[in-house]
Amino acid sequence: MTPSQLCRNDRRMTGTAPKSPDLLRSLPGHRVELGDEGPLPLDCGETLEQFAIAYQTYGELNADKSNAILVCHALTGDQFASETHPLTGKPGWWEVLIGPGRPLDTERYFVICSNVLGGCLGSTGPKEINPATGKPWGLDFPFITVSDMVHAQKRLMDHLGIDRLFAVVGGSMGGMQVLEWASKFPERVGAAVPIATAPYHSAQNIAFHEVGRQAIMADPDWDEGRYLDSGKIPRRGLAVARMTAHVTYLSEQALHRKFGRRLQNRGELSYGLEADFQVESYLRYQGASFVERFDANSYLYITRAMDYFDLGADFDGVLANAFRGSPVRFCVISFTSDWLFPTTEARKIVHALNAATADVSFVEIDSDKGHDAFLLNEPEFHETLNGFLNGFAEQLDLPTADLKPLPSEDGSSDAERIS
Amino acid sequence: MSAQHSEDPHTRTIRPDLQLIADMIDDGSRVLDIGCGDGMLLSYLVEEKGVVGRGMELSQEGVNASVTQGLSVVQGDADSDLNTYPEGGFDYVVLSKTLQATRDPRAVLRQLVRIGSYAVVSFPNFGYWRIRLSLLFTGRMPDTPLLPEPWYETPNIHLCTIRDFVELCMACGVVIEEAYTVGAALRPRPIRSLRTANLFGQDGVFLLRKV
Repeated sequence: MTPSQLCRNDRRMTGTAPKSPDLLRSLPGHRVELGDEGPLPLDCGETLEQFAIAYQTYGELNADKSNAILVCHALTGDQFASETHPLTGKPGWWEVLIGPGRPLDTERYFVICSNVLGGCLGSTGPKEINPATGKPWGLDFPFITVSDMVHAQKRLMDHLGIDRLFAVVGGSMGGMQVLEWASKFPERVGAAVPIATAPYHSAQNIAFHEVGRQAIMADPDWDEGRYLDSGKIPRRGLAVARMTAHVTYLSEQALHRKFGRRLQNRGELSYGLEADFQVESYLRYQGASFVERFDANSYLYITRAMDYFDLGADFDGVLANAFRGSPVRFCVISFTSDWLFPTTEARKIVHALNAATADVSFVEIDSDKGHDAFLLNEPEFHETLNGFLNGFAEQLDLPTADLKPLPSEDGSSDAERIS
Repeated sequence: MSAQHSEDPHTRTIRPDLQLIADMIDDGSRVLDIGCGDGMLLSYLVEEKGVVGRGMELSQEGVNASVTQGLSVVQGDADSDLNTYPEGGFDYVVLSKTLQATRDPRAVLRQLVRIGSYAVVSFPNFGYWRIRLSLLFTGRMPDTPLLPEPWYETPNIHLCTIRDFVELCMACGVVIEEAYTVGAALRPRPIRSLRTANLFGQDGVFLLRKV
């Protein structure tokens, strides 16, 4: 069965016009209107009567629908995980992991990646039109949580007729979604792979998010969240938010290796405020390019959703209760130089899984690339993930395969960061 | 020390000490292997005895090797992470040639019998006659196949004899259900005389439980 047969009820993005900016209409992939089966109740107490989820698929679903892997994207990621991005023209954010002969092998698995609820690339979010007013939602959009994102994804799986996912995989905020899936819908998840993530968002991480949000809200063009009505974009604020966040995705070693104190296109210091240093120029570029593809209000909403994430709090304050009696096979992965979601956070997940005597593997990958390591070509990470998935595939009588080597110069090292 | 496969793919053979441990464990039981290395024993138990197997290993290489072959193994430290497992969470907890490398062997021993209905512990016997002679005649710390590192970089920081271990079990209220000595080329022998076992046993292998 091909994805297009499977999803024949979906409106292709190129089809009839969704009530969203013109840009979205020309995006590739699928977009499905959900809510007919019942409104989506949100953690904040409000409900969404109708909502849309934009998603992309890679590979083919097998006859008994047992080979589906849901990939959950991070804060500023999207559904275009393994193809040239339609807006930026850059490689998909997880092309190193998704494809033939890669850990998420599209010759064996049916990989689904959906834009999160609250996102800005086709799924319902603050940028979309509020049916009640005919204008973009802006700050009238209800505040959503990681759990709400996962409940929306579950509706998508219902729509696709997939009762049980072979695996749910994701890094950073994607890893939070993986934990939500495994704890709230354990009967629908075979294996869960939370990568570079935490059982709750730490005070330090909330602090960084707050800096980013304040930068956006301090930009006069943000216009109390109504910038879309007036056709403005809070570019400066959103760019600063991105620059701050971007530093947290790297490591001191990675910054030093990449830039050191090298000067940008000049032989000497300017004794002014120009971007003298390469690292400044790099950050300015990251900020400037980000505003071309991401919605400022979405950034506010999704960072808030991450801040609110505290899985143990949903289970009487005892994280282990989230996993008691769980049939799910877990593989927790962290990276040594990740200081945003450090290994100590991953261990909290592992210790809770131990306390629940859950089926858990845990590996810490040696890398100096910081939080971004989960997006990059880290052979040990890929081997471990492949081995873990192969082990589970064997158990389910699904085919297994070894990794094929990546092309030596994979563009991934310069890929747009989407953590 | 790699797993050997015999001609018949259905009957794997493993090191005699690991075979002895495997023989103590009931088919289909829940097993936690602490210090599982590259997963040799654990994969044998999972594949040949159908156990529900979990592992813990300190070294990153060991964990990656285990997970890559489909075993459920976490990177962790016996000294600090055993308190995260629930009481009676497993039928058997295995500590194979790892006790001597822990910082607090007594605390680890207590954790083992707390987590498992049974604990299986093996360790190199420092009272073995070759070690005694080596120390007597060379005046240096022993250099044996099992204890190959020089004293200043060995991970084996809490070596003990079989007699020492038996006394620790008694002091901790740990019941010894079965006890054997085993060597690389030797068949396992049940321990009858502590004096003999302590002199001629290369390794000690014990099946333990809490009182």
